[in-house]
Amino acid sequence: MKETMEETMEEDILALLKENVIQGRRTKDDEGVDGDMVGTPAVLELTQLMVESDIAPEIIIKQGLTAGMQVVGDKFATKEYFIPDMLASAEAVGAAMDILKPILEAADIETKGRFVIATAKGDIHDIGKNIVAILLKGAGYEVKDLGIDVSPEKIVKVVREYKPDFLGISALLTTTMVAMGKTIEALKENGLRDKVKVLVGGAAVSEEYAQEIEADAYCVDGFHAIKVLEDFQKVKT
Amino acid sequence: MAREGILVHSPYERMTEEQIKQIHHASVQILNDPGMISFNCEAAEIFSANGAEVTSITSADNPCWLVRIPEKLILQAINSAPKIVKLGARNRDNSLFLNGEEPRVFFVSGSETNIWLDVDFPTYVKKSDPGTEILVPEFHKRRGTVLDLCQAAHLCEHLESLDAFIRSVNIQDKDIIEDNKDVNKFFASLNNTTKHVMAGLTSLEQLDNVVNMAKLIVGGGEEELKENPIISFITCLVKSPLQFVDDTSQTLMEICRRGLPVVVSSAPQAGSTAPMTEDGIMAQINAEVLAGITLSQLVNEGTPVLYGSVPVRARLDTLNDSYGAPETSQYNIDCVQMARFYKLPCYATAGVCDTKIPGQQTSIERLFSDILVTLSGPQYLHCAYGLLDCNSTFCLLQAVLDDAHFQMIKFFLRPPRISEDEVAESLKQIRAVVATPQKLYIRYIRPLMRSGKLSMPYPFEGDGETDNVFALAHERMKQLLAQPVEHIDPATTKKIFEEIPGILSRLNVYEERRKQ
Ligand code: B12
Repeated sequence: MKETMEETMEEDILALLKENVIQGRRTKDDEGVDGDMVGTPAVLELTQLMVESDIAPEIIIKQGLTAGMQVVGDKFATKEYFIPDMLASAEAVGAAMDILKPILEAADIETKGRFVIATAKGDIHDIGKNIVAILLKGAGYEVKDLGIDVSPEKIVKVVREYKPDFLGISALLTTTMVAMGKTIEALKENGLRDKVKVLVGGAAVSEEYAQEIEADAYCVDGFHAIKVLEDFQKVKT
Repeated sequence: MAREGILVHSPYERMTEEQIKQIHHASVQILNDPGMISFNCEAAEIFSANGAEVTSITSADNPCWLVRIPEKLILQAINSAPKIVKLGARNRDNSLFLNGEEPRVFFVSGSETNIWLDVDFPTYVKKSDPGTEILVPEFHKRRGTVLDLCQAAHLCEHLESLDAFIRSVNIQDKDIIEDNKDVNKFFASLNNTTKHVMAGLTSLEQLDNVVNMAKLIVGGGEEELKENPIISFITCLVKSPLQFVDDTSQTLMEICRRGLPVVVSSAPQAGSTAPMTEDGIMAQINAEVLAGITLSQLVNEGTPVLYGSVPVRARLDTLNDSYGAPETSQYNIDCVQMARFYKLPCYATAGVCDTKIPGQQTSIERLFSDILVTLSGPQYLHCAYGLLDCNSTFCLLQAVLDDAHFQMIKFFLRPPRISEDEVAESLKQIRAVVATPQKLYIRYIRPLMRSGKLSMPYPFEGDGETDNVFALAHERMKQLLAQPVEHIDPATTKKIFEEIPGILSRLNVYEERRKQ
């Protein structure tokens, strides 16, 4: 009897968590799309509660966070949701992942992977890069953002020391796009090219250019990046 | 002689005087708190030396300073910036006088698009009736080249409504690199139009080469170029919100030191890099432009600047700029009013559309902002001739279509011809016609018909029920490109190629002709 009660409670909280992801509510102070939800527990509080109740992080991620993001993605595809909605949900999931990360690590459960992202040398555009970073974090990747105007040398250093699985570079200018190719060259010279998958994006870049510099993928936007990364995972497993 | 543009007699205004003052005060407060973050050391030092409160907020590998600009400095700059800015031209008749106190609009092309859109007209056959054939435009994208830029300048030379040329194509040839990009884009533009040429600078090292080229063309030194500044620059020195970018700020300062006209621009996007509310984005962009103008005047008091505004609203599905949104026009008109409040000539933006190819949505979005922003009376209107896809694509055919729109807008803005004489004349006419059996005014049209006082039919109107706009505009485009342009003379060209490094030999029209 007790067990089933706990189970229903667990199910209820998971459903609530999913709903809050859909509402894009990070903390209890957020109002959500439907308006008046201020004060009720949101993704952060619910995740905390579930961790305290010893609910397994995989379940929280799968049935709560990912399930919620799936709905958000569908709503975006049908134009019911827009980018600000996506970002709110992704940020909420990102906050939950911050809570879950130490537990996953302690239990030796792998995250989806480490993703280093940067805007190319000489370029200061970062709106797109920031969106991609938030979305990827929301999709369960560990994201390290190196900022704007990042030199190939610095990227090489970070790849060597932090050992990311993926590297994303953004360039909006045709003059700074060249730095992407230089970065890939530098990775090769330092024997690091096969250690990391390189994704490139930004208004200046094209599929052809990505092939020319031998990047692993060109992404039109953040959602495309999530899909590309999933395909990489499939190949891996 | 100079170009006339079109004077807007009673400019359209959105904000009341009270609201303008509220925005001004909000901007002054913003520049004090939070102030501007400067990633440029010299700019921070200049502000500090002139009494601004500057503190280092440098993080690990990112040197930057918080600059709190006192109101006094801002007001001084507004005062010392010239109220009339002259933009010269290779053909002096194409010079422009931008007067901050007079809502006289000049129409200008613009932006640096990566994509060039070619068009052709394959024939389509109707399936159910193979005898019926139509021409359907097909658009093909490719990356822009320096010869495309020559063509763009060439066409713009012949577009009647277009008053000045901002380079509209990003030149991406294999042999164009950072070190020769500026000289080539300026030469390609200057050599193919006799109108004023404005562009952004890719590399500060190239500034003097570009300036020296301009001096050779005006046939003189610094003074001659200042007297006839055939070139000017646009710098996007601010990254919203409220940050001075390191390299573009340096570029601005160097241009100001040379006393050449420059647009001090900021391009916040409501929703992402500025508040989504009208008062919010206005307070912020106005603060950003004033901060830039203050810097320009501290570097060189009295140097000519334009109040440069490129405010846009964010698209909600991609967070790209949405120029088609009505809010974008609202913000632009507000900026025109702010510039007029300061009596500074204004660079405003209109006509950019969200659509990727010419078509109905394109025309609707473009005309909407073209008309509205023009009515507010900006002096220098970047109205995006030929641009599509939020500034990413340039299409010659679209530029020809746009020219027709602007001719209509210019016509519309002619002042009403109502005077005692005219009214007396009309009374005579009315009495005369009423006295005739047919009671028709038709015979009075004839003297007007060829006087230029009547607007002409839309130039790309098809026959009967066909819509042939694109095909007809394409014909017009070919005609215009077949008209010659007056290139820079052979002797000067020779000098330029000898003295200015990096210009591609294929741009030398005389050598190319000799080879053929
Ligand atoms: C906003 C903007 C600015 C802002 C930047 C603010 C900021 N915080 O980033 C400001 C005003 C500061 C600016 C400055 C300049 N800009 Co600007 N800018 C733009 C603009 C209008 C929109 C860019 C944007 O943010 N889009 C919205 C975001 C969401 O889209 P996005 O960046 O493309 O990112 C999406 C995808 O591409 C993808 N993606 C992007 N990166 C990555 C990376 C990875 C790994 C992945 C997976 C995916 C991915 O996912 C993102 C999300 O969906 C573009 C126009 C355009 N068509 O792109 C011009 C544009 C890029 N700028 C241009 C220019 C010329 C400049 C300046 C040089 C202007 C000047 N003369 O001073 C300076 C550059 C200074 C420098 N050194 O970088 C030109 C570039 C042309 C060229 N030469 O290649 C453009 C194309 C405009 C134009 N046609 O003239 N700019």
